[in-house]
Amino acid sequence: MAETYTLPALPYAYDALEPYISAQIMELHHSKHHATYVANLNKAISSPKAANTQSMIHFNGGGHINHSIFWKNLAPASSEDANTTSAPTLMQAIDAEFGSFGDFRSKFNAALLGIQGSGWGWLIVKEDGNLDIITTRDQDTVPAGTTAIFGVDMWEHAYYLQYLNGKAAYVENIWNIINWKYAETRYKGEADGEFKDLRAML
Amino acid sequence: MSLAASTRSTLARASKASSIRALGSLTAVRTNYTLPDLPYDFGALEPHISGQIMEIHHQKHHKTYVNGINDAQEKFAAASSPAEKVALTSLIKFHGGGHINHSLFWENLSPTNKDGGAPPSGALAKAIDDTWGNLDGFKGQMNTALAGIQGSGWGWLVKDKSTNKLSIVTMPNQDPINTSQYIPLVGIDAWEHAYYLQYQNVKADYFKAIWNVINWKTAEKRFA
Ligand SMILES: [Fe+2]
Ligand SMILES: [Fe+2]
Repeated sequence: MAETYTLPALPYAYDALEPYISAQIMELHHSKHHATYVANLNKAISSPKAANTQSMIHFNGGGHINHSIFWKNLAPASSEDANTTSAPTLMQAIDAEFGSFGDFRSKFNAALLGIQGSGWGWLIVKEDGNLDIITTRDQDTVPAGTTAIFGVDMWEHAYYLQYLNGKAAYVENIWNIINWKYAETRYKGEADGEFKDLRAML
Repeated sequence: MSLAASTRSTLARASKASSIRALGSLTAVRTNYTLPDLPYDFGALEPHISGQIMEIHHQKHHKTYVNGINDAQEKFAAASSPAEKVALTSLIKFHGGGHINHSLFWENLSPTNKDGGAPPSGALAKAIDDTWGNLDGFKGQMNTALAGIQGSGWGWLVKDKSTNKLSIVTMPNQDPINTSQYIPLVGIDAWEHAYYLQYQNVKADYFKAIWNVINWKTAEKRFA
């Protein structure tokens, strides 16, 4: 019997990211959207002979992985974790790769706003150890061999109830609630091997 | 007819046919796309699609595609190398596709007190019955296709130009229907912005409700 996946609890309350992401968005995003990816992933795994099983596992498995990382890479703005000083090693690497944190941020924002449709923007560390900014479409995960340091959900459901078509403001505001402490641990390799079995199925 | 008059009438026809506004002289014709007016009020599709959704969808989202295609086109014209031009094709396809798709979409919707929801008749109705048994059979298949879109995209009822057969196709993001093969009859926007303010994550309810405001008269004209 294949493993059954479950919706992880949010590491903070639904309203903890206000005013940057509203409680209403967080509740729907977690308890409905993420929950649906989990439910459809389990359904796909339990019906391996259906014609669209592989595509359902790829899409819903990706949705489960991406959102699981996303919740943890956000933190209330008032928390120490949301301060870039919580990621000293990563900040050095960002300066080395992108020139400055400001340059990195602009480049990341441009990548997010350039997504044509639904998708995600990521800071990743590549196999050669260097940082890079990439986008993935729909619920595709970061490529095998790379590690996501943090991601930003650019599906409209991630911001629409609060920002409507003004996605640039969402992108600007998300910097207040990035969990740099968690990003630092991922940069140091803590996330290596996460979702190994599920990734192999995508 | 004088050359000037004939030029004027050609431009007038082009403008009418494709919503393209020709600017400048004949020797330096520059086209600029414009946001078409909605053929009904923002609130006219309620309660099936809220006035707020319609207003933002038309005034903001569609407008952004119009601005985007004009901007990309200008950059394309100014680009000096093939590489620069090739780099712009994805933007042209995305914003141009967004403009084409939304322009078709507004026209294939209508308030319920006009033609909205009134079932198709004549040759189109017969073609739907021949293909899916009946209209409800078609709607069921179309809703399944829409629900299966993994990300942003559109669902379309199309007619194949060579076989005249009807089919359902879905397209990702703003990719337009390939009109050398198909005539798009009815398009349904499955981007989250098309329903989220009213239906949130329950997109199946939006797909069910939208049939109440589908303008089959428009589809019949496209089919003919
Ligand atoms: Fe999401
Ligand atoms: Fe749209």
